[in-house]
Amino acid sequence: MKIKNIIITFVSALAILFSTSVVSFAKVVGDKIILGSAISLTGKYSSNGVHTQNGYNMAVDRINSMGGVKVGGKTYKFEIIYYDDESNPKRAAQLAERLISQDGVEFMLGPYSSGLTKAIAPVTEKYGVPMVEANGASRSLFTKGYKYLFAVLAPANLYLDVAIRTAVELNGGKGVRIAQAFEQDAFSQDVRLGILDAAKETGSKIIIDDKLPKELNDMAATLAKVKATKPDVLVVSGHTKGALTAIRQIAEMKVDVPMLAMTHCDAAKLSKQHGANSQYALCASQWHKTLTYKDDFFTDGMTYDADFTKEFGYAPPYQAAESSAALLVFKDAFERAGSFDQKKVRDALAATNMQTFYGNIKFAEGGQNVDKPMVLFQVMCDDAGKCENKVVAPLKWASAELIHPIPKWSDR
Amino acid sequence: MDFLIFQVPMLTVQATLDGVLLGILFALIAYGMALQWGVMNIINIAQGDLVILGGYIAYFMYLYGIHPAWGVIVSPIIMYFVGVIIYKLVINKVVDRDLFISILATFGISILFMQLMNFAFGADVVLANSGYGTTMLFDNSVTLPNSKIFSAFISIVFAIGLVIYMKKSKLGRAIRATAQNARAAKILGVDTEKVYAATFGINAALCGVAGALISITFTIHPYMGLPYTIRSFMIVIVAGLGNLPGVAMSGMGLGMFEEFADYILGTEFRIGSVFLLLVLILVYRRFKLSKKREYLK
Repeated sequence: MKIKNIIITFVSALAILFSTSVVSFAKVVGDKIILGSAISLTGKYSSNGVHTQNGYNMAVDRINSMGGVKVGGKTYKFEIIYYDDESNPKRAAQLAERLISQDGVEFMLGPYSSGLTKAIAPVTEKYGVPMVEANGASRSLFTKGYKYLFAVLAPANLYLDVAIRTAVELNGGKGVRIAQAFEQDAFSQDVRLGILDAAKETGSKIIIDDKLPKELNDMAATLAKVKATKPDVLVVSGHTKGALTAIRQIAEMKVDVPMLAMTHCDAAKLSKQHGANSQYALCASQWHKTLTYKDDFFTDGMTYDADFTKEFGYAPPYQAAESSAALLVFKDAFERAGSFDQKKVRDALAATNMQTFYGNIKFAEGGQNVDKPMVLFQVMCDDAGKCENKVVAPLKWASAELIHPIPKWSDR
Repeated sequence: MDFLIFQVPMLTVQATLDGVLLGILFALIAYGMALQWGVMNIINIAQGDLVILGGYIAYFMYLYGIHPAWGVIVSPIIMYFVGVIIYKLVINKVVDRDLFISILATFGISILFMQLMNFAFGADVVLANSGYGTTMLFDNSVTLPNSKIFSAFISIVFAIGLVIYMKKSKLGRAIRATAQNARAAKILGVDTEKVYAATFGINAALCGVAGALISITFTIHPYMGLPYTIRSFMIVIVAGLGNLPGVAMSGMGLGMFEEFADYILGTEFRIGSVFLLLVLILVYRRFKLSKKREYLK
């Protein structure tokens, strides 16, 4: 009886030891580096969640097929464990917890959207798990003193900064009159803060400052105010719904404004849904295929665009491009760290200074990428009504000249 | 505070017209809600999701090259059957239970519809273009999208049509009888089961019309239904059940109130002020009721 008890205890102790050891080595199994990510595959962010996942997968395949990651003289391949967070922040935080404590993942890739990244960041921070994220731009992510969070994209407050500065420049350096309408969510309000800063620095005046309720589908009142006050610039940010509603109602109400700047144009497929009505809109974008950045894996933006289109059957939105860039950053950091120690990898990430097809990447103290400016493109249509997005600012990458001021509706 | 509206008097006209046109459209959805609330004593949380589903029908017609305005005919026909099916599967099991059960059941339907629409149509915000152009008044200082005018016009046509139908047709009379006293109606030979199914179907059809109109005036998205439910709920609360002129007036009134709140208080207080108004109205009603309390002796 006694011997039997001892055997049982011994076997179960072994079993426990074995199971924990499996968990603690799960980050790197054989020649695989396992990354974890909670992604919105269902729910309201599912379109962009899928873009993010496709971007990650594209980069994993590319890096693996081009020699993998070399750490300490051995070659490793990337693999990602995905869970569907259902576009729900609470679920995302649970899944991050599960990825780390049950699946033993020691390195994370970010989810889609600022809100979900905000939910996951405290978890990864608690466990000291380095996370490279590509789709959370909200400024508040970078002011909390997180040490293990790194974002390859430019923070939200810089999205439309360029537009205001361009408008001031075109106005001969004098301040402009700005009308703005922003949805009341974390991201859009960060974009708004950026505009307030830019306005202050350039001596511009904000004459309309509307905060759109989330459930609002109608901007008629804001646009009527714009018609009455005739500002120099109209800025709108309210995700895809805001972009689509603004263009529809600006066209319907014949609102004439010299410059119209907005976010989420490509996610909203603005030119496809609205055709020539979306012409002349200026859109903030993290990336555009015509930018001239280069790297060894995807060559450049045009090649990435072509390869992605071939693989997934649609042109990559910037959400996919930045997600691919996150993997390049991880690879680079692992190789420089020469180890899988989380602290060493974290320090290597913090010291990142590289160029990818998506842009230069260098992290500030807070984890945001400070080496990649936003680009502005303008929707331009030909006489047949076929529209294209052309980069107009910053001038370095401009593939077309900015059309300013926007022609009046009566002349179109 | 923004007093732009007092400096530019034309904005008053713009706000009034925008509010009225918006209100009429909302009143149509609210009328459907009031109808089935009155007849079946069910508060339908899935109302807004039925609207969005109706919108997708018009959107898909638009995608296949059919003018989305035809959606106001096709969408209610399809939605009528969707409504009847929902009734047969779920609502008939909760129709005589208390209000709380029906709220839970329709809330469940609402979540199910959101997820199914998201699954089937994707999570992109979409819209259908009617290409109707714009009506300009007062030397271009007041602009009204023709799509909004069209929406209001169609809403009025359907509302009037329904009133006549309820008054004249056999089914309409049966619906009204059931609303007054379901048990008595049953004793007198009205097939209440059929009446309930038809009522729910008619409500869904009205949502279909409204959805088609919304797809050409605003935007649609699988998760956008709830604001329409809440709005129509408020209109019905303000107007009272079974009171069509009341629903129309309350719809337009709330629409205008909202527009003016936007100009005077600021856009961020627009929705909040409507809710505040709702609270005030409920308190006022309670106050009025308490004054004429009747006692059992």
